[in-house]
Amino acid sequence: MTVIEDLAPAPQVAIQPRGISRREGWMRRLPLLPALIYTIVVTQIPFVVTLWYSFQSYFWDTPGGAHFTGLSNYKTVFTNPSFRGALVRSVVMTASAVIGAMILGVALAVLLDRKFFGRGVARTLIITPFLVMPAAAALVWATPMLDPNFGLLNYLLQPFGVHHVAWLSTHALGSVIVVMIWQWTPFMTLIVLAGLQSQPAETLEAAKVDGAGALATFRELTLPHLRPYIELGILLGSIYLVNVFDAVRLMTNGGPGTSTTNLPFFLYQEVNNAFDVGGAAAAGVVTVFLTIIVATFALRMFARVFQFEEAR
Amino acid sequence: MTAVTARPSPRTASTRRSARGGLREWSGRVGWAILAWAAAIIFFIPVLWMVITAFKPESAAETWPPKFIFTPTLSEFRLAITGMGPFLAHSIIATLGSTVLVLLLAVPAAYALSVRPVKHWRDGLFFFISTKMLPIVAAIGPLYVIALHAHLLDSVALMIILYTAMNLPLAIWMIRSFMLEVPGELLEAARLDGAGRIREMGSVILPIISPGLTSTALICVIFAWNELFLAINLTVTNAATLPMFLISSVPQEGLFIAHLCAAATIASVPVIIVGWIAQRSLVRGLSMGAIK
Repeated sequence: MTVIEDLAPAPQVAIQPRGISRREGWMRRLPLLPALIYTIVVTQIPFVVTLWYSFQSYFWDTPGGAHFTGLSNYKTVFTNPSFRGALVRSVVMTASAVIGAMILGVALAVLLDRKFFGRGVARTLIITPFLVMPAAAALVWATPMLDPNFGLLNYLLQPFGVHHVAWLSTHALGSVIVVMIWQWTPFMTLIVLAGLQSQPAETLEAAKVDGAGALATFRELTLPHLRPYIELGILLGSIYLVNVFDAVRLMTNGGPGTSTTNLPFFLYQEVNNAFDVGGAAAAGVVTVFLTIIVATFALRMFARVFQFEEAR
Repeated sequence: MTAVTARPSPRTASTRRSARGGLREWSGRVGWAILAWAAAIIFFIPVLWMVITAFKPESAAETWPPKFIFTPTLSEFRLAITGMGPFLAHSIIATLGSTVLVLLLAVPAAYALSVRPVKHWRDGLFFFISTKMLPIVAAIGPLYVIALHAHLLDSVALMIILYTAMNLPLAIWMIRSFMLEVPGELLEAARLDGAGRIREMGSVILPIISPGLTSTALICVIFAWNELFLAINLTVTNAATLPMFLISSVPQEGLFIAHLCAAATIASVPVIIVGWIAQRSLVRGLSMGAIK
């Protein structure tokens, strides 16, 4: 049975959390400390330093080092149309890729849920895009697949009246999103498939006996059952996809113009091309604040998704 | 998985009712299989094309229409391998090093969040997951400066440190979910025998969760092996990993497709195989232990 785990207390038999002695309390904390301290040092300190630099003027290529400039970096960030553009594109790319991958993921999971000849092999083929190194996938899509002169896609689409389309210059954003969907559909498929396979067979039987059609059964029974799985897939998919960098850097390099520049690529450019550490830091702080707003909701959703079994 | 095999086919009764119904049933099944296979092949085509192109001579790779029949050659593989050595070494050290470190940190932490939980174990769990939501890209400039001052820039050690932090939350959540499945009676029996925490861990918990640890390690390997953003920003030559080798295999001019595909195939195949092997535990790892 595939079930989302509840956050109920651990299987403790002899010990009671209540009335723990001080010594026992530290004995319990001790194994947690290395991981906790490690994570705080490695993941939180860079953000504190980011906050510091966001108030400094600091360029790689100018001698003299950093000096305090107050809020001027923030002023630049908020008046910079390319930051706003990157922000909007990040949202658009993440949302459309997550939704697209989820729709395809549900469809593929439904296909794979029924027995057919070679199901295991078909499943293996479907999950492979997720395993291909994203840098390799981006480069293979960029030229062998999408090249206007000899790309495979144009060849395969020939019967549909497509002739030597230069996908990456005319449909850059769409192409990047398609590649993101292609890589993340397997992830969604696996999660939804786990949900489908945890559906009690008796419920489906009962619906059948009651004369419910396949479509009605799916809409009325299966979809509500899948809801927590879909939520989990959307949540985790967004966490990863909002950081997508490889596909942008290697397929379009943010272009043409800035038409595919998302936040990660924008920040990469600020540091590597504009040498502007202070500006990038301020943009980073704004990004982190926006993320915290979204993450607060996401964490609440996470808690709910992980507890739904308990609630039943 | 088991639920599927256990579910009796609801249509067996109607199949026997009439020959016409049987035919419809049969064609429905074949149609289903064709549809599913078509979807699988469409998804697999880019990967297949990468592998096919890798076996082409460069002159056969850039043609219109694309060539499907050609004399396969290993020459591009040979070329790709020659420059790959240092990148491959860095990738292997960074991946394995970080995975070992992740397990060393995650196993005790997962224990403290499940078997003998600390008071605020829920907060602990959510702290770890929340670090995955903070976009590391936002701190990349300062991270560069920190690494520079710590003399860690362009070093494999730095990659190990960062990949460990990247995979640690996932591993803690996943290992915790395996530890929760250790039967309480076994733990109690061990405690009645006077086993301390170390013996409890060594002789009861670890043997039981070892398959789970393996699949956790495989997931960590996949993410560390494929990582590019940190590598491209923080390494140049002394620690450059395989994804960066791929970028270097795309020249500014000239024919390069077969060469690129050969390099991409070599770089991807280890993780594809690991993922195929770990298929069953992939869902659990990717859902951070939420789905069993």
